[in-house]
Amino acid sequence: MTSNGKLLIIKPRRGIIDISLMDLWHYREMLYFLTWKEIKIRYRQTILGMAWAVIQPLFTAIIFTVIFGNLANIPSDNMPYLLFAYTGLVLWTYFSNTLTYSSMSLVSNAHVLSKVYFPRILLPLSTCLVGLLDYAIAAIFIFIFIIYFNISPTIWLAFSIVPLFLTFLLSAGIGFWLSAICVKYRDIRFATPFFIQLLFFVSPIFYPVSMANGKFGVLLKLNPLTGILNAQRASMIGQSSIDWTSLGIATLLTLIIFFSGLFYFKYYDREFADVI
Amino acid sequence: MISVRNLSKQYTIGKRKQYHRLTESITNVFSHPIDTIRGATEKKPTIWALKDLTFNVKRGEVVGIIGSNGAGKSTLLKILSQITYPTRGEIRLKGRVGALLEVGTGFHPELTGRENIYQNGALLGMKKGEIDKKFDEIVKFSEMEKFIDTQVKRYSSGMYVRLGFAVAAHLETDILIVDEVLAVGDANFQKKSLTKMKDVSEGGRTVLFVSHNILSVKRLCSRVLLLENGKLVSDGDTDKVIQDYGGEIQNTITKREWIGSDDAPQNGSVVLQLLRICDDQGQDITDITTDTPFNIEIIYRAKKERDHVRFSLIFYDVWNNSIFTTMNNRESDWYGRPYPLGLYRTVCKIPGKLLNNGWFNVSISIVGKDHYDSRLVPEALKLEILDGPEVRGDHAGPFDGYFRPSLAWRTRKMK
Repeated sequence: MTSNGKLLIIKPRRGIIDISLMDLWHYREMLYFLTWKEIKIRYRQTILGMAWAVIQPLFTAIIFTVIFGNLANIPSDNMPYLLFAYTGLVLWTYFSNTLTYSSMSLVSNAHVLSKVYFPRILLPLSTCLVGLLDYAIAAIFIFIFIIYFNISPTIWLAFSIVPLFLTFLLSAGIGFWLSAICVKYRDIRFATPFFIQLLFFVSPIFYPVSMANGKFGVLLKLNPLTGILNAQRASMIGQSSIDWTSLGIATLLTLIIFFSGLFYFKYYDREFADVI
Repeated sequence: MISVRNLSKQYTIGKRKQYHRLTESITNVFSHPIDTIRGATEKKPTIWALKDLTFNVKRGEVVGIIGSNGAGKSTLLKILSQITYPTRGEIRLKGRVGALLEVGTGFHPELTGRENIYQNGALLGMKKGEIDKKFDEIVKFSEMEKFIDTQVKRYSSGMYVRLGFAVAAHLETDILIVDEVLAVGDANFQKKSLTKMKDVSEGGRTVLFVSHNILSVKRLCSRVLLLENGKLVSDGDTDKVIQDYGGEIQNTITKREWIGSDDAPQNGSVVLQLLRICDDQGQDITDITTDTPFNIEIIYRAKKERDHVRFSLIFYDVWNNSIFTTMNNRESDWYGRPYPLGLYRTVCKIPGKLLNNGWFNVSISIVGKDHYDSRLVPEALKLEILDGPEVRGDHAGPFDGYFRPSLAWRTRKMK
């Protein structure tokens, strides 16, 4: 649908990729509806409903605290290990769930793609938004822990919006890549869970970056999640101990992944309906 | 309003895989690096689904697009609605465009009717405010007031389709592109949908209507484009183009009278006077559904004392494939017996729940005492059997084939 009186020209793709932000703005309501639908469907006919958003990271954090915090004595950057693990897991849960859903977002909506036009990018994008609600619910427990552990929150707590936003861009960017590739290569269906599992171990979720030295430490810093997770934890405990270099690297890599994903997606999105 | 210039679309066909395996592509990059870059590792067979289509549509025109399967109708529709893109050429559209390619696109079984109205409306391009405003109207049109807060997975397929059509029918755009979404629901709902479509097309909006159903094209459109093998072969006045299409479009013929006419069909023994469709009370019937029983009445005069006569009725589809024949040779009262001079009435009863919906031509064959004393009247009657609700049940889609009998089905648990 085009806006009233506007001239719409449909023609073959020329080399140039046009990313029309106006188009996205025009379809903002559809993005809202897609997101809203996903939220409704995800928790329909579940007894615990939205509580699952908390249960997943909370129970994992508790198990980690027992195994890694107590048994293995893994340090946790001067934070209670439970809070350390939970803050990391909340962000990780958002990231990994989003990737799982968004990589399949085009293929699972194949039927709709072949029947209606709308900017295809809304599909992976909406899955990124859906996760934000889960994140918000799970984040309530961060506050509960802060009170429980008697940590006095500082103004830096507000800074946690930055790592969240970066995670959003990062998962959107990877989601663009994976969902678009998946239209052509269904290998993605198998590769994504595997990739997520591997990434879990090479991201500082249950161990601090300070533990990693040498070559692994360097590699770890090249993982955009490292800077993001660091910033997230630093803002929680308000020690303003943010590692700016690492956050800078994370921001740069995130932007590269996001924009390259956006371009790749837009380059192929006209073919989706023919190939899917 | 709509200007289509040299529009062409090429598809690759044949053994091409729907999707590729990543490893193969990677191997290809190494084994044929240059070819891969040029995207030509294997010469895939291609087909032009559309070739050099050019036409204009003015504001307020209601244009039908017809053609046989594979003529390129759906491809044109998909390009017009931006689902896929042309290989060459371009389309310029002015105004808000809405495309209805299917009823209930994006309906989710877990959501309620109410939620799905919003979902589906949004997918069709309606704004939330617009849906809010039309919500009551949509629900009323769908006749689903009672079930609007029920999850769609509990709907019958008929209910599903009704709700879907109701949303689509309330989409208000300057240009409307419609696929055969009308061929849904039971007979009553189809009538309602067609009336709604007629209102829409008379409301000064530009409508492109793609259909196999020539009758609905005829009712709705003033101009028709005929596609054949991806090319536009005829464009113009509905009646003229439909004639080009093979002239198979027809008005129903449910009554033939030859009283006092010189060209009345006859053989050596009898001359036909009247052939018609009627009910048991002898009243003319015009609307026959798949559920209605009807009679074919033959009134004729025996013109030769004590001669014989035998009738056969042969049913054909619109392409003149014969479907079945029925004869009066087991009728004991008169068959094979000499007829005194006089006026006779022979009736063949066609039961309800036998024929499927669609068009049927009926030929009548008259045979006298000698089998070569025969006369065939081809296409003596042309019937359109309408879709009836009884055998349809809750099924919303088409029934294949010529017959739609009501057969017994039974399931029992064995262990």
